[in-house]
Amino acid sequence: MTKPQTISVTKPVSEDLPEEKFNELESFIDHLETTKGALIEILHKAQDIFGYLPRDVQLYIARKLGIPGAEVFGVVSFYSYFTTKPRGKHTLSICMGTACFVRGADKVIEKFKEKLGVESNEITEDGLFTLRDVRCIGACGLAPVVTVGDKVYGRVKEEDIDEIIKAYRG
Amino acid sequence: MKIKSLDELRKIREEHSNQVRLREYGEMAGDKIEILIGMATCGISSGARETLNAFVNALSSEDIDNIKVVPVGCIGYCHSEPTVQVNIPGQKPVLYGNVKENKVRDIIEKHIKGGKPIENLILHVDFERA
Amino acid sequence: MASTRTNIMVCCGTGCLASESEKVLKNLEVIAKARGYAEEVQIIKTGCFGFCEQGPIVKVEPDNVFYVRVSPKDAKDIIDEHIIKGRKVERLLYMEPNENERIKKQEDMPFYKKQLRVALKNCGLINPEDVYEYIALGGYEALGKAITKMTRDQVIDTVKRSGLRGRGGGGFPTGLKWEITKKQESDVKFMICNADEGDPGAFMDRSILEGDPHSVLEAMAIGAYAIGADKGIIYIRAEYPLAIARLNTALKQARELGLLGKNIFGTDFSFDINLKYGAGAFVCGEETALINSCEGKRGEPNFKPPYPAEEGYWGHPTCVNNVETFANIPSIIMKGADWFAAMGTERSKGTKVFALAGKINNVGLVEVPMGITLREIIFDIGGGIPKGKKFKAVQTGGPSGGVITEEGLDTPIDYDSLIERGSMMGSGGMIVMDEDDNMVNIAKFYLEFTMDEACGRCGPGRIGTKRLFEMLHKISSGKATMADLDALKQLAYMVKDSSLCGLCQTAPNPVISTMKHFWDEYVALVKDEDHPQGEGRYVPKNKIGMKS
Repeated sequence: MTKPQTISVTKPVSEDLPEEKFNELESFIDHLETTKGALIEILHKAQDIFGYLPRDVQLYIARKLGIPGAEVFGVVSFYSYFTTKPRGKHTLSICMGTACFVRGADKVIEKFKEKLGVESNEITEDGLFTLRDVRCIGACGLAPVVTVGDKVYGRVKEEDIDEIIKAYRG
Repeated sequence: MKIKSLDELRKIREEHSNQVRLREYGEMAGDKIEILIGMATCGISSGARETLNAFVNALSSEDIDNIKVVPVGCIGYCHSEPTVQVNIPGQKPVLYGNVKENKVRDIIEKHIKGGKPIENLILHVDFERA
Repeated sequence: MASTRTNIMVCCGTGCLASESEKVLKNLEVIAKARGYAEEVQIIKTGCFGFCEQGPIVKVEPDNVFYVRVSPKDAKDIIDEHIIKGRKVERLLYMEPNENERIKKQEDMPFYKKQLRVALKNCGLINPEDVYEYIALGGYEALGKAITKMTRDQVIDTVKRSGLRGRGGGGFPTGLKWEITKKQESDVKFMICNADEGDPGAFMDRSILEGDPHSVLEAMAIGAYAIGADKGIIYIRAEYPLAIARLNTALKQARELGLLGKNIFGTDFSFDINLKYGAGAFVCGEETALINSCEGKRGEPNFKPPYPAEEGYWGHPTCVNNVETFANIPSIIMKGADWFAAMGTERSKGTKVFALAGKINNVGLVEVPMGITLREIIFDIGGGIPKGKKFKAVQTGGPSGGVITEEGLDTPIDYDSLIERGSMMGSGGMIVMDEDDNMVNIAKFYLEFTMDEACGRCGPGRIGTKRLFEMLHKISSGKATMADLDALKQLAYMVKDSSLCGLCQTAPNPVISTMKHFWDEYVALVKDEDHPQGEGRYVPKNKIGMKS
């Protein structure tokens, strides 16, 4: 097995990307048994730490591992779990699995888009919500399902939408 | 402790068999009553955690200590989550559906203390286990 | 197949076999042939109906007549009276013990149980975070038996003879996969569990991992012993945090008890398992893509051959099996190949877990013997369609499958019969649709999914799915011509024939099958001038003229 890369690289610290977050990521990478095949694991960790994967974080990881930045971006852009944009305070996910679809999730998401004035994967102007469509969270018995953070709303109807938004906007 | 042979495994099985015997057959196995709560993703998103907390709180506030609350996996009845199974020694296990936290008090009072299952919450189990 | 009007199902479960059901089957075949009904009547060997006490059991579909204690000489009356003359054989009907009344229909039997749980047997019964509860119900005994009392070949032979096929969708015989991997000469081999359950609407793997994680660990160790691997990986979706947490707990407990790790059960067999997280890509359910993703790369599939059994994870021989497949293994080892093979149909053995969702009353997970009909699953177990609406179709196999309509409801389900009907088993998602659902929209929904999820590696997959989606959009917005429908059909077959991997080869299935069964709905969007056209404004044929 290959040894972990211990390349020392400058951290592209900025206001949004503070040094302690980079330190946490660096320590995670340095403590891996091997970095061979660990890119996805590292990206999961980085997204946990920073909340998203901006260009500077991706480049930092690439340099740290001694691989091209394009390889990192290739992986980040391939998987829908990774995001390169910051998230709103709450992630509002509409399940677009088949069970939810046949029970009207398409209408629910349209209504949310209209009320929030954003498209999927966009953040609202007040920075409060990111709207996402997700594929099946496995709560088909409650279809259609909307989640806000960890909270699950089941059997959501178009009329319920204002109330859900209000619960977070106050 | 590491298990080093099949016999050792069987010994452990024997030691713990009382722990589960009640569930399958409703056999007499000590005086503990069991409450199984379906705590998979589907159950939790329907409120199983609140139900579990309600049971634990209600039981501890009344100092009932012969009841064990056990979180279990998904029984597959998504249409009726949260699901709760009450196993009383010597009786056939009873499975309830749609047990939101506000039903917890009823189950404790009527079924566990009063010995009368709450008919309109009962789910009919339509499968066998291999 | 097409001309079959009646299915006679003969239970050949262990219980019924003991009471001569095989002879009953044989006699039925001989007599049906002699009377010239061999074409019209299909005689099917099925698995256990769970009613062994009254065996042998014979069931006639679609009449849904249920005969009990059928002896070989009763075969004549079943054919002559029931099939030819349409009269039920009264003396063979089941008698309700209390009321002294013979009951014809199975659903009228009060204690009848259609479901049999093998893969789900511990789900909802044990605390998944307590290894001792798993052990108390016989857990890890199969592993102990396999590695202390059986040779590697005996384990493989048992799994082969059981007839278990991959539950992830492909249906490849599990024992054969193990055998091929075992035969590879290599010091390093891997056992991988595919827990990347991507089919929207399927959640059986999640339920097993959340409800009974040890069964999967135990089975992986058994498989690893058989193929000669000492390392295992569970590749699991990051979207399943609870399953991940429970797996981690289970791994820790298994290691503490020495059920994973060095010298398991005091033998020289060592095995341990790591978790790898997916990151949201449907294509990673394909085994070569999954292996690439485990290696930290983009989850794109490779050409096969070489198969993973030859060159898999970092080039080493690798066996990839699905969660549900694994969950069947401990029972097979403990109860034997014959027990398992007695359930199901000729070529699909055992039970299958289905996730019932959509327009159905009892949404949930069911586990049924293969060979049960869709009608039984949807109407008897699933409780039918809500609000008294009419059943229209059921989609099996998720985005890779197709729709099955009313006329297919009495087909006994197995891997092959579903493919014959233009769908597939898939991982077991079953979405029920009622009369309000517009099938063009359903096809469009699935194509949007596969278009998003196509990895981009091959042209037909990358461009073809996009074009298919655009054409469907054009049709559903009422802007298409008949020529577009022809082009859609042609393109669908082209993508099917020329894509690189299973994902895009099967992606056009929803289009092909909805065009086959609901052609009039496509045409209505093109031609029907009486109705305002556009997405979602389609009115089903049987409602034309009514205000909806």
